[in-house]
Amino acid sequence: MEKFVTLHGLVAPLDRMNVDTDQIIPKQFLKRIERTGYADALFYDWRFLADGKTPNPDFELNAPRYQGASILLARDNFGCGSSREHAPWALHDYGFRCILAPSFADIFYNNCFNNGLLPIRLDGKIVDKLFHEVRACEGYALDVNLPDQTIATPSGEVISFEIGAFLKERLLNGWDQIALTLRHEDKILAYERARGII
Amino acid sequence: MAKNIYEKIWEAHVVYEQPGQDSILYIDRHYVHEVTSPQAFEGLRLAGRKVRRPDMTFATMDHNIPTTDRSKPITDALSRKQVETLRNNCREFGIRCFDITDTRNGIVHVIGPELGLTQPGMTVVCGDSHTATHGALGALAFGIGTSEVEHVLATQTLLQRKSKTMQICVNGTLAPGITAKDVILAIIGKIGANGGTGYVVEYTGDVIRNFSMEGRLTICNMSIEAGARAGLVSPDDTTFAYLKGREYIPKDKAWETLISEWSAWASDPGCGYDRTVELNGADIEPQVTWGTSPEMVAPISGHVPHLSEITDADRRAAAARALEYMGLAEGTPITDIPVNKVFIGSCTNGRLEDLRDAARVVQGYKVDSSIDQALVVPGSQQVKLEAEREGLDKIFREAGFEWRESGCSMCLAMNDDRLNPGDRCAATSNRNFEGRQGKGGRTHLVSPAMAAAAAVKGHFVDIRRWAYK
Repeated sequence: MEKFVTLHGLVAPLDRMNVDTDQIIPKQFLKRIERTGYADALFYDWRFLADGKTPNPDFELNAPRYQGASILLARDNFGCGSSREHAPWALHDYGFRCILAPSFADIFYNNCFNNGLLPIRLDGKIVDKLFHEVRACEGYALDVNLPDQTIATPSGEVISFEIGAFLKERLLNGWDQIALTLRHEDKILAYERARGII
Repeated sequence: MAKNIYEKIWEAHVVYEQPGQDSILYIDRHYVHEVTSPQAFEGLRLAGRKVRRPDMTFATMDHNIPTTDRSKPITDALSRKQVETLRNNCREFGIRCFDITDTRNGIVHVIGPELGLTQPGMTVVCGDSHTATHGALGALAFGIGTSEVEHVLATQTLLQRKSKTMQICVNGTLAPGITAKDVILAIIGKIGANGGTGYVVEYTGDVIRNFSMEGRLTICNMSIEAGARAGLVSPDDTTFAYLKGREYIPKDKAWETLISEWSAWASDPGCGYDRTVELNGADIEPQVTWGTSPEMVAPISGHVPHLSEITDADRRAAAARALEYMGLAEGTPITDIPVNKVFIGSCTNGRLEDLRDAARVVQGYKVDSSIDQALVVPGSQQVKLEAEREGLDKIFREAGFEWRESGCSMCLAMNDDRLNPGDRCAATSNRNFEGRQGKGGRTHLVSPAMAAAAAVKGHFVDIRRWAYK
């Protein structure tokens, strides 16, 4: 899996709470059996007009100033709803590597770590401030440092964030979860024997 | 020390507790469907891995399948390929698959309990957020992503952090006509769409105890709509009576032994929770969602909110967007909202009791002329067969409903059953998200009886005052 250590990236705002995974990637794109190629499907119903091709000029992410963004600034309960891992796949394929929000849905949050995406929970007031700064300043970029658990703003302010030690370690090393668990295969076998299910 | 059901199941399934890392948790049942599994099987192939416990893994096709004639091939090429891919993967990896033509086929969260595959004290996962449904049987059940599906296939375990626990206690007496769907919508309205984030919920109280297993399945199903990955009900006599005689109940143990083993999973008296929320059942009216998140819900006697009533700025902005999408004016009485489509079905409300509730309402009535389509989609083929045995299909057909084969259908519109832009639907499913039932479609979540009544009247009505024929 792709590692995440540090990131200097342009920030794009998505100022809506409860953004569900049906919005992140609508159902018609879930029929594919591949793991990549979802960039054009991201926020499809919001991003494009009814013809499915013309970018919707009213959708904030379509603004020229946010093209090439790798950090998404979002609101409460980002990624709620369906467990579809196509959501982090689409965000990743589009170019996002980090998402900042006051809260994330649990399944989406876990899915991010299996795809080299870093979701960061920040206090709602800090998120408000970042929304204000992003809109006020074209080219607004942040420096995310996972080892230090910090985000540095253009003005030099440093915001620290919390993350589980194990999740952090997995992203920093790009570990394959299955390989990690299979190091303990003997314990799985012992568990199955102890419960009499083998 | 007194323990709650989550703590008991968790402790019994920890394979290895790694200092400073996530625990390795053993999984007893892994359900697989066609949409979230192809990439997981492909991952196994690429890494040269096998399915560790095909005997604990069960597959079905539900999301993509047509609800019309099953003897015909699926016309949508992508859907067909996804279904064929699951079939081939099951064959290659030795997994039991309840295929389209199998009488046990159905929505994964309907057939798991129905076949007795889900049992008290089990850990149950599926690449599907509504896996929470199975918690009704006293199992720890939650949805996972495709990478985790691959992990479970390869290792029969998951890396997990222990959740916090929340007790949601509903006491009191429900008014006649109030169903489990109204109770869970009222709960979501109270705690919010992320009120349960980070928690596993246990539902307790007289109202939950008095629900049938079907009702409990509806409650647990929508735990995820409040942000909780899992929702459980401690097993009791209702649970055991439901499970008795089902196909996958162990035959090598005496029934009394099974009951005593299952009973032991129930929360101990006096156990603790990180948070407790209480509701009075007597206060719960029929519920109707008016917006694009399940937390945007109002009682039937209520109205679409005025934006000025919403104090939180983010919630007000969300409500303004929702009203625009839903084409609703502030302050509209809920009973003034007309619908032109009705969908009865889904893993939330596609079981026999749900269909009986709806049939009782429509019996002797006709679907209103303003309704363009009224669909009944049973949750499984077994539900369909039982409903037909009881003659429910005739009641629905005579009233003007379409009676379909089972599947996820218009809950998420991956097959041909979908809303057109501007359609307004009374739906018994679980999500009123923008475009969920079809791009531009507008969804109002309600109970089966409320959906049936809306089909007859063409708008929402208070089911407590229904004139049953």
